[in-house]
Amino acid sequence: MDRRNFLKGTAAAGLVGASAGLAGPALSQGAAARTLRFVPQANLANFDPIWGTQYVVRNGAAMVWDTLYGFDAELKPQRQMAEAEQVSADGLTWDFRLRPGLKFHDGSPVLAKDVVASLTRWSARDPMGQMLKAIQQELVAVDDRNVRWVLKKPYPKMLMALGKNSTPMAFIMPERLAKTDPFTQVAEFIGSGPMRFKRDEWNPGARAVFEKFADYVPRDEPSSWLAGGKRMGVDRIEWLVMPDAATASAALQNGEVDWWENPITDLVPQLRRNRNLRVDIADPLGNIGTFRMNHTTTPFNDVKARRAVLMAMSQEDYMRALVGDDDKLWKPLPGYFTPGTPLYSEAGGEILKGPRNLDAAKRMLAESGYNGTPVTCIVAQDQPITKAQGDVTADLLKRLGMNVDFVATDWGTTGQRRAMKNPFGQGGWSMFHSWHAGADCINPAVYNAVRANGAGAWFGWPDIPAVETEVGAWFDAPDAAAEKAAIDRLNKAALDNVVYAPTGFFLGYQAWRANVSGIVKGPLPFFWGVSKS
Amino acid sequence: MFAYIVRRVLATIPVMAIVALFVFSLLYIAPGDPAAVIAGDQATPADVERIRASLGLDRPFLIRFGEWVWNILNGDMGVSIFTNLPVTTMIKQRIEPTLSLMILTLCLAITIAVPMGVIAAWKQGTWIDRAVMGFAVLGFSVPVFVVGYVLAYIFALELDWLPVQGYTAFSQGFFPWLENLILPSIALGGVYIALIARITRATMLEVLQQDYIRTARAKGAGQTNILFLHALKNAAVPIVTVIGIGIALLIGGAVVTESVFAIPGLGRLTVDAILRRDYPVIQGVVLLFSFIYVLVNLLIDLLYTLFDPRIRY
Repeated sequence: MDRRNFLKGTAAAGLVGASAGLAGPALSQGAAARTLRFVPQANLANFDPIWGTQYVVRNGAAMVWDTLYGFDAELKPQRQMAEAEQVSADGLTWDFRLRPGLKFHDGSPVLAKDVVASLTRWSARDPMGQMLKAIQQELVAVDDRNVRWVLKKPYPKMLMALGKNSTPMAFIMPERLAKTDPFTQVAEFIGSGPMRFKRDEWNPGARAVFEKFADYVPRDEPSSWLAGGKRMGVDRIEWLVMPDAATASAALQNGEVDWWENPITDLVPQLRRNRNLRVDIADPLGNIGTFRMNHTTTPFNDVKARRAVLMAMSQEDYMRALVGDDDKLWKPLPGYFTPGTPLYSEAGGEILKGPRNLDAAKRMLAESGYNGTPVTCIVAQDQPITKAQGDVTADLLKRLGMNVDFVATDWGTTGQRRAMKNPFGQGGWSMFHSWHAGADCINPAVYNAVRANGAGAWFGWPDIPAVETEVGAWFDAPDAAAEKAAIDRLNKAALDNVVYAPTGFFLGYQAWRANVSGIVKGPLPFFWGVSKS
Repeated sequence: MFAYIVRRVLATIPVMAIVALFVFSLLYIAPGDPAAVIAGDQATPADVERIRASLGLDRPFLIRFGEWVWNILNGDMGVSIFTNLPVTTMIKQRIEPTLSLMILTLCLAITIAVPMGVIAAWKQGTWIDRAVMGFAVLGFSVPVFVVGYVLAYIFALELDWLPVQGYTAFSQGFFPWLENLILPSIALGGVYIALIARITRATMLEVLQQDYIRTARAKGAGQTNILFLHALKNAAVPIVTVIGIGIALLIGGAVVTESVFAIPGLGRLTVDAILRRDYPVIQGVVLLFSFIYVLVNLLIDLLYTLFDPRIRY
């Protein structure tokens, strides 16, 4: 073949190749009406809800795996897979009976041995589970439907632990999967929830597909968050990952997706103007912004330096940086627990209320002996929430007269660096920003960040015995009044000693097409009860 | 020729080895910890440490590098830390959208840019020339994502002609495939069109001054024949070179374009992997891109012989 013929042949082959594609099948439109297309908050990069504790994993897992108990909208644990429970008079022996007819997606029945293996794996990773494990006498399957958990001391928060929605949730898996090391991913994604995970259609970073499980037996009660009958209104749910908010917004407006979990605030006015869309608050429990200080190194190893930050801090500045002018989306938070929940407290919160007093804060900082040592602020720029808070903090600390060493980085690096206890100049740090879902801040059992048990505490390692005493008092509280009293004392001790600086309480929106109904506000997107007309 | 191809293919081996060493070392010293990402925000330092150990990330550099190289030599690119899927499977899932986007952009760019450059050279100094060069400056100056948003707003939201996002596999039909790729290709093609149009114009201007062009005119050859048969063929070598070099632009641009149009391609896979520190995936994708680039350069060198018979290997 000569040069000219080769060129002609290549062109001809290209045309033939292109025309061959014309013969492909047309896309089926029939399935669209029973398919819900959802844009999740993040990429579903893995799907073992015990191994990976990101919220997006939990949100998908809640469709695929079921739990013995589930929180309702009143934050009360209700029976889900459990038909009944009984606790001995001394509070040491718990007996659970499974509902009849429960099946896993591979067709096998859900048995007590599956529950035992699942709770064993969960209790290795979950803070409440670890507490249970520490006082466990035995956890055994009595027969196919009955499980017995014997403890060395009473644990009144048992049902809360089994039904809570903070990660990792106590999901029930087949025994063969649950026997996997809790620090290794499971090999299959088989649950007994109302939807099956279509692993063959999973394209991590792009798409995850869930299909209705025909053999699921919902409870008779109406659904309420993770409790009640989980009746699916669609046959198929497609999660379409869209890293770009503008793209997700356009796709929703164009009808290419049905529901967007977390539209950014800037785009909400545009979405509201579209008559085919509905916009509402996503999670009434919201989020708490955090200014986390390193208690083990200067300057924040001195409580006066920490209190100086609280005295100078304007939560409104932080919240406006996060949510803009929308006053419905934020409120000041002179405490640590989620507003609107039973244990919310403002005890000791005076330091965060009223006009800010920068001069007094400067004096307090001087009393701490601060001598101009650099304050290393680790600020993740790829997370809008941490970036916005970090910018406000840099300004605040400079106005306080601190020598700010601003480290602009990404979340992956923050995750690594905040674990380092090195001194300044060797990877050490003074503060970083994060945020906690309000659902994780409703009581001390699910709230690592409020604990102050030194080396065992969350990053920053606060060591404040007064806080830990009240955590213990809450666990042992005999009734709601005693629980509340313990939390008031805890809140005050935590603010007096500044476990961390709360930057405020903020909410987020969700948006969906007008032909979708049944969407509720909650700490995670609940897909049961949602349908398309 | 065959001996030349074999030599060039063999020469890719040390190149790939250097790339492999560079990528692995860079990731080793880069900050960030996949274990911290996996464990989640509420995890304790002890949990993070356990996960790091279970992933083998606490082992010495040389052991990890040696193991990785050995596996690569055996055709195993490893398993994603996060998805637990083989890297080859993830690449297979993502390669079609990226190749489709790049090929369509390439076709679009060549089809538009080469005639633009030829006409601009032919009409040098006129408003047509200035318009073409003005467009080229715009193509270079406006970022891909801005073009993407504007196109999506006009053609998807306002006119409702094309989808905003996503990808339809070629196996599901040519037109559905094309429908999803038109806007991304135009967005990604802007800078590429500008580059090719400018080099085509510059090369054509030089060729059009040659004696053989004057001879062709003297023999009565038509303008179209002179431009496209005589001049363009002789200007093809630098144009093809720039098209080849521009593949790197396409790879970089695909990362942004795939994010803007939510196309599940290798570009987005790379970004996701970098943000999560999914080392095996980053290493696999970078090696693949390097290999593609080396291969494209080889192809370009071979194409020279088709356009210029004086070139022999």
